[in-house]
Amino acid sequence: MANLVAPTLSSSLRYQSWIFAIVLLAYAVAPLVTHPLFLMQALCLTLFAASFNLLAGHAGLLSFGHAAFFGLAAYVSAHAAKVWAWPPEFALLGATAAAALLGLVFGVLAIRRQGIYFAMITLALAQMVYFYAVKAPWMHGEDGIQNVPQGVMFGLFDLSHQLTLYFVVLAVATAGCLFIYRVVKSPFGQVLRSIRDNENRAISLGYRVDRYKLIAFVLSAAFSGLAGAMKAIVVQLASLTDISWMTSGDAVLMTLVGGIGTVFGPVIGALVLVLIQDRLAHLGSWVMTIHGVVFVLCILVFPRGIVGGVSRLIKKPL
Amino acid sequence: MRKLTSAITSALVFLVCGHAFAQLSDNVVKIGVLNDQSGPFADLGGPGSVIAARLAAEDVGGAILGVPVTVVSADHQNKADIASNIATRWFQSDAVDIIVDLPAGPVASAVHGVGRTNRKITIVTATSADALTNEQCSPTGLAWRYDYNAMSKVFTSALGGKDTKWFFITLDFAVAVDLESKMSHFIREVGGKIVGSVRHPPNVGDFSSFLLQAKASGADYIALATAGGDLINVIKQASEFGIVRGGQKLVGLSMQLTDVRSLGLPLAQKLSFVQSFYWDADDTSRAWAKRFQEKAGRAPTEGHALVYSATLHYLNAVKAAGTDEPMAVMAKMRERPVQDSAVSKGVVRTDGRMVHDILLVEVKESGQSSSEWDLLKVVKRVPGNEAFQPLVESKCPLK
Repeated sequence: MANLVAPTLSSSLRYQSWIFAIVLLAYAVAPLVTHPLFLMQALCLTLFAASFNLLAGHAGLLSFGHAAFFGLAAYVSAHAAKVWAWPPEFALLGATAAAALLGLVFGVLAIRRQGIYFAMITLALAQMVYFYAVKAPWMHGEDGIQNVPQGVMFGLFDLSHQLTLYFVVLAVATAGCLFIYRVVKSPFGQVLRSIRDNENRAISLGYRVDRYKLIAFVLSAAFSGLAGAMKAIVVQLASLTDISWMTSGDAVLMTLVGGIGTVFGPVIGALVLVLIQDRLAHLGSWVMTIHGVVFVLCILVFPRGIVGGVSRLIKKPL
Repeated sequence: MRKLTSAITSALVFLVCGHAFAQLSDNVVKIGVLNDQSGPFADLGGPGSVIAARLAAEDVGGAILGVPVTVVSADHQNKADIASNIATRWFQSDAVDIIVDLPAGPVASAVHGVGRTNRKITIVTATSADALTNEQCSPTGLAWRYDYNAMSKVFTSALGGKDTKWFFITLDFAVAVDLESKMSHFIREVGGKIVGSVRHPPNVGDFSSFLLQAKASGADYIALATAGGDLINVIKQASEFGIVRGGQKLVGLSMQLTDVRSLGLPLAQKLSFVQSFYWDADDTSRAWAKRFQEKAGRAPTEGHALVYSATLHYLNAVKAAGTDEPMAVMAKMRERPVQDSAVSKGVVRTDGRMVHDILLVEVKESGQSSSEWDLLKVVKRVPGNEAFQPLVESKCPLK
């Protein structure tokens, strides 16, 4: 069995590494072309989409509450950096841990159900977190946590300097995506996919399905949290938008547009979202319409997303 | 050789003439209107604000010192992230010189901050956010609307008084709670009493328990510290409970002309609120409103008028300074009084607040309205220096 599987894995690994190197290079030189703030937001959203893709694409668990992890981590990171004056690396770590913990709580409750019921439970739990955010004094309701200091990372990198911040964000996002890639390509990832494809068969093979699903959920929550924590430091703001159901919807949108279950889907999905919001903003009220049209088109015409469609064309997994 | 000669010649030419161009960066004066064009604030500002900014550009002849004035706009969807992105791109790559409008609290603060970082001018006309001219004040950020102090003082000077009883129905958000506490402070100062207060969660459909408490309290005035859809709902339900018929008066603390229009006169009649501008207040405002209506097909709101006023004041300041360098223009904006069709006797203070006369308006009764937008009457005009928070009380370190 292993011999049949191994050659395919290593050949796809080779050209996927090339594509990965190209994307990384593109992001590395992009600040020459466009201002870094836009790119940093795209990077944070890429990590967010990648973590969502891990859960939805590879474990087959479509959650409508991922904004809870993204947003809570944004708030925790902002609070840690501003009020407790933690250096950015600890703010990010603390926020990721908080998101992972929340993921554990959500996971234990939601894993018991599947499909639409799972989605509804995650949505409900996320809405509870949203209303906590509206009321909690440390989160400042409508105002959110503003003027988050960017600090100095590891005592070396002054994050208030835009370009330094950019490369730190690029490094963290790359590391996060690489980790997720490693998880996806590992035997653990194989088991997840088998659970996605036929849960009963996986159970009959002796896998403790709930445990695998829970670990995937916590991992996904943790990386969504890392993305949110980074975003708070980049934009220097954590607001209710980050924790609202619309951000959960953005995660779904990015993953679907990019290509659910693909490796590079999140990269494209995040770019598409940020581009629509930013470059088309001058179209005024048409932006929301375009948003909706893109969503509908993707589901009807490109059910596998952009990357999924290309992958089908060139007959290679992307 | 010829290339070298032409290169040297053109360099010399630019050295001589470039001197005049260098004063106005990028050979264009660009106004950026950044607001909500698809959500709850689209009627208050939205595309109308773009028209208002263009009217201001028209009023300076479409050009300043030989350089054209252009207006660009974008929808920030009430998301601070999107707004920061667009503002940063505008300031850093698109040669936008000033950003105006900016509805919704955290969005306004975020862009106000982007302006501070990039040392470019931002004028918030669409929200009152006190913090912008207190803790968050910036040398290049201005606030063109009334602050909470002004709102509260104008209400209490006209409606409050010894032994008047007030009841608050407040949205459970920091902004509204802040406004309620400011209002309460002024009510007590003029001798009034707060007989009760309730907080309601956002987007609650049913206000019955809150309204019944208000009715039972026997208050003379029921202050509604809420806005948007909630405000409309509470007013509609108040009429169902016969609150106004019972003799109590409703006070919309944060109300707009568009709210009155969606409610309709029978429901909204006799509601009072505060405005920086009303189109029917006097001849100058009526004339300007006519110009606006021709382009926009509807009467202007306070938001539109303030965008016009802020943009015009900026453009005139650029003309007076002879440059669009932000600090020089800010100095001229502070020196010159704000006097235009929208705002009279306005002064730009060192903390960034534009102090001007505030109007207390009341909704007309159904029979009194003669046209679609003839909805309000001006009850009182309070001078700016009486209404606004005095400069000495401001927590701004720049004042």
